[in-house]
Parts: sequence; structure tokens; C-alpha cells
Amino acid sequence: MSEYLILAFLLLGSFLVMVAGIGLLRMPDLFLRMSATAKAGTLGTGLMVLGAAIFFDEFSIYTRAIALIVFLFSTAPVAAHMLGRAAYFDGVPLWKGTIRNDLWGHYQLSTHSLEEEIVSPTDLPAPDNAADADETKE
Amino acid sequence: MIIDNLWYVVFIFLTVGFISAFIRLAKGPHLPDRIISLDLISVMAIGFFAAYAVLYDQPSFMDVSIILAIITFLGTVAFAYYLERRVK
Repeated sequence: MSEYLILAFLLLGSFLVMVAGIGLLRMPDLFLRMSATAKAGTLGTGLMVLGAAIFFDEFSIYTRAIALIVFLFSTAPVAAHMLGRAAYFDGVPLWKGTIRNDLWGHYQLSTHSLEEEIVSPTDLPAPDNAADADETKE
Repeated sequence: MIIDNLWYVVFIFLTVGFISAFIRLAKGPHLPDRIISLDLISVMAIGFFAAYAVLYDQPSFMDVSIILAIITFLGTVAFAYYLERRVK
């Protein structure tokens, strides 16, 4: 019975990790790719670590697995947010099907602060024609 | 019997994910694409070590997973920090 549970956790986790990899390859835009990897990859890895903990069934392994899962689930959103913010500052083009870009113009590029009014409309690409440089043909 | 073969499906799934992430790492059009693909490769390696520990009954590999999780987070944060302060 326990073996089926371990196998189910490992299969579901590795399937989610594969979905994250395929999403990273197939999504048209950096931010869509990041939404695929940050969620599916973290959940899949957490499930696989939980399956391994059930397999060994020792107190020390459970402790390590829970510490790893808590650390992974608390640091993955932080890392993804920092990377998305840095990529937005770096001027990565958005997908051409993007219909909302609420941050457009609100970042002061010299001081890296967020302002209430539109401060720098000329420094950032316009939200309409933002995605001509990326591979969006597929 | 079916169970014994299903263990290897786990590694097939992981291999497909690794190959996809490596293709994105090779051809990513911008630097942040390569950074997120490195991040995903490290997170996949954590799960791979967990599956490997189960397959060969070696609980020591769980320690490797913990170390790899810490190093991955610090590496991604450092990449993002220097990407944001890069002078183009």
C-alpha cells in the first residue's frame, strides 16, 4: 500500500516537472515561461521529496524533507519575483497577445522606484508593439 | 511487475524535462530566459536526487537535495541582483 503511495507521489511530481520543462520550452514570453516553471516545477519537486520521505520512513528523513519543502516553497516565489522585476527593468519584450501592462511607465528607471504617475513613457517600449523581437510565430 | 517498470517512467519524465530546459538554455533569446532555465534545471535536480535516493535506497542523497536548494536560491537571487543593476 505504501509502495503505491510513493509511486503515485513520484509519478505525479515528475510529471509536473516535465510539464514545467515543456512549458519553459513552448511558452512565447519570458513572464509566461516564468509562470510555468515557478509553480509547476516547485510543486512537482515538493511532491517528489515527499514521496522519498514516505519511502524511507525515518524521523531524520522526514525532518529533512519537511525542511526542504518549506524552504523550497518559501524561496521559489521570492526568486521568481526578483527575477521578473529585474527582467522588466531590463526591457524584455512582452508577448504580442498581451492585453494589459499596468506597470508600463510607472517605474523610474534611474532610481528603480515605483511611482504613482507615469514617469518615463519614452524609456520603456509601448505596450502595443512590444513583442516584435521574440519568437511568437508558433 | 508493472510497478517495477513504472519506476523508470519517473526518470523518463525527468529526462524530457531536463532536455526541454537545456534547449531553452541553449537558444533563450534573452539573458533572463537562460537564468530561469538554469533555475528550473537546479529545481529538477533536487527532484532527481530524491528519485535516485528512492531507486538505490541511499538516504544520503536527501542531504544533497537540501544543499542544492539553498545554493539554487542564492544563485538566482544573485543573478537577478546583477541583472537589475546591469549597464547596457
